[in-house]
Amino acid sequence: MTAGIVGYGAYIPKYRIKAETIARVWGADTRRIVDGLGIQEKSVPGKDEDTATIAVEAARNALARALINPKDLGAIYVGSESHPYAVKPTAGIVGEAIGAGNHYTAADTEFACKAGTAALQMCMGLVQSGMIKYGLAIGADTSQAAPGDALEYSAAAGGAAFIVGSQESEWLAEIKDTCSFTSDTPDFWRRGLSPHPRHAGRFTGEPAYFKHVLQATKAMLDKTHLQPTDFDYAVFHMPNAKFPIAAAAKLGFKPEQYKDGLLVTAIGNTYSGCSPLGLTKVLDKARPGARILVVSYGSGSGSDAFVLEVKPLIEERRGLARRTEDYMKRKTYLEYAQYSKHMEEIH
Amino acid sequence: MLMVERKVAVIGVGITRFGEVWEKGLRQLLAEAELQALADARINPEKVDMIFTGNMCGGEFAGQEHLGGMASSILNLNVASTRVEGACASGSLAFRQGLMAIESGRADMVLVNGVEKMTDVSTEHVTTGLMGAGDEEWEGFQGFTFPGLYALMAKAYMNKFGLSRKQLAAVAVKNHFHGARNPIAQYRKEITLDDVYKSMMVAEPLTLLDCSPITDGAASVVLCNAETAKQYCEAPVYVAGSGQASDTLALAERSELHHVKATRLAKTQAFAQAKITVKDLDLVEVHDCFTIAEIMAMEDLGLCGNGKAGRLVEQGQTYFDGKTPVNTSGGLKACGHPVGATGVKQVVEVVQQLQGKAGKRQVKGAEIGVTHNVGGSGATVVVNVFKRGLP
Repeated sequence: MTAGIVGYGAYIPKYRIKAETIARVWGADTRRIVDGLGIQEKSVPGKDEDTATIAVEAARNALARALINPKDLGAIYVGSESHPYAVKPTAGIVGEAIGAGNHYTAADTEFACKAGTAALQMCMGLVQSGMIKYGLAIGADTSQAAPGDALEYSAAAGGAAFIVGSQESEWLAEIKDTCSFTSDTPDFWRRGLSPHPRHAGRFTGEPAYFKHVLQATKAMLDKTHLQPTDFDYAVFHMPNAKFPIAAAAKLGFKPEQYKDGLLVTAIGNTYSGCSPLGLTKVLDKARPGARILVVSYGSGSGSDAFVLEVKPLIEERRGLARRTEDYMKRKTYLEYAQYSKHMEEIH
Repeated sequence: MLMVERKVAVIGVGITRFGEVWEKGLRQLLAEAELQALADARINPEKVDMIFTGNMCGGEFAGQEHLGGMASSILNLNVASTRVEGACASGSLAFRQGLMAIESGRADMVLVNGVEKMTDVSTEHVTTGLMGAGDEEWEGFQGFTFPGLYALMAKAYMNKFGLSRKQLAAVAVKNHFHGARNPIAQYRKEITLDDVYKSMMVAEPLTLLDCSPITDGAASVVLCNAETAKQYCEAPVYVAGSGQASDTLALAERSELHHVKATRLAKTQAFAQAKITVKDLDLVEVHDCFTIAEIMAMEDLGLCGNGKAGRLVEQGQTYFDGKTPVNTSGGLKACGHPVGATGVKQVVEVVQQLQGKAGKRQVKGAEIGVTHNVGGSGATVVVNVFKRGLP
């Protein structure tokens, strides 16, 4: 049994804050930060936006492209590390908002920045087993950063949704295969009731991000007997621009393969929405037959890898909803005080 | 009056990779160095009479004090095992304890370790912890950090002798050149003068590449009574002289900041015991926690006259194949600076050089080498002299 994407959708809030604006507040060197992280500006949620509203927007775009009855969804999973409630599912809010009826299973997932791709794998399993007809997997976040922390330059807001189905005739892209690499690696965490995450500085690099992304990718290539040169596009999780570019170089991928999915420079790291949004941006452009590699990373730590192949139906469906780039171009810049209000640092 | 009856030899060395050793904790680093040194000396742990372990911040950075017990229990031994602390000179102090234990006849075979695990805590935490090496009341509490203290010393030196930015940066470039040729070094890559100038300003005039890094690592050496050394080792290296001196904790209490008095005092003791002059030296491992520290050390050890070290470095004379090789290991700058391990690492480097085992950074025909290890801004200094032949 195989599974494919029958609908996909993106959403990125329109608000932005420039790295320069944040650096000015803390007396930091903007050039060093922009050169180091490769992030010029990041997206910020609106005052009335949260993971649930972002997930709903993305899900609506996915439905617009899938042209299915929302009541045919048998599962809804929303992956995030900023669910509005600790107890009360975002997935139920989304199901209600998109008119999924009541006959579906739902849950929220959390695995730092890879909760969305974990949801995608769960939907694949349910669809492939024949348990459900369609599954909706969403990765969305309004990620937090303590004021003054290095994360403040990257932690952004956005999300992507994918509807997974088993009918080949409905596929916009086939998910050829997936695999994961997981370990207990404490590089980044947030305890319950803590407003901001903590992280282990440089430890988040080599033994965390790189180890898991590289191992998951290698396992995926081995499993599918594919080489880096067999791919038209590659999307690696983007906590900043430096890490995915370095990972791509180590694995033998070229800039022309990863540049389309590398949206971190313009919107920051949208956490659970990050590599999924990279995928939606690639799907907005990729020609039928194109092969795509997607590798997520979630701190704690794990990576999910996917191999996708674009199908002809995508040509007539991609125009049915706003493209990822449309959201990237919508911008309203905030000053730091406004940003603090949007992030609920001040009330 | 120094009355030393028994002479001491180094018969085995062990050292871990230096760097961000994420996959190993304090215990593993220590165990790896200990076991390597014992294997190098071709002895069973049971031969060891005493253990001394240099460490500065085990409790602060790794939550582990009582490293004496740890060092012996790794080897399943019940012998006397003691942790020694003297800030960044902890490793050398441990070495001297081992040396004196054998000289006095209390022990015949001593294992000396130095270890530090630094990368499990934040840079801010490390910077604060290391400030414990200064004077808390007069420096730390006032907001000083070590880069700040050494920047003051650099400014004082520059005012006195007119050292150029290029001369200072040349120390880092040379040490990275050596580090690139040392398999255990943290930074095995060469850098340019321009890289040093352009790196982030830490404390004027010191930029990031003027500063030694935060490092995990451990080093061990096995010392034994020189009379029996040949039973274990074909090419023992002998401890020809050793000196230790102290000075005020706070810079403010010193009459001059452009040199380190304790280095001059320790050197005088060590050179006198070894019956050598500076002309006899083939290489030195000095404490370059900051580039300026290497400049001052060269002059305090007498490698050149006051105010002349910058020229020597700029002319390339301190490269491994130059007239006066300094820090062939890469120094603290490029090899890394796991504070408690550094003093022992310096001994490992000199021993390997004198045994002709230093590979691509080998100083040809090296017979006599010196280690120079500083605690804090110079409140504790140890200088040791090593010889290939029996002194």
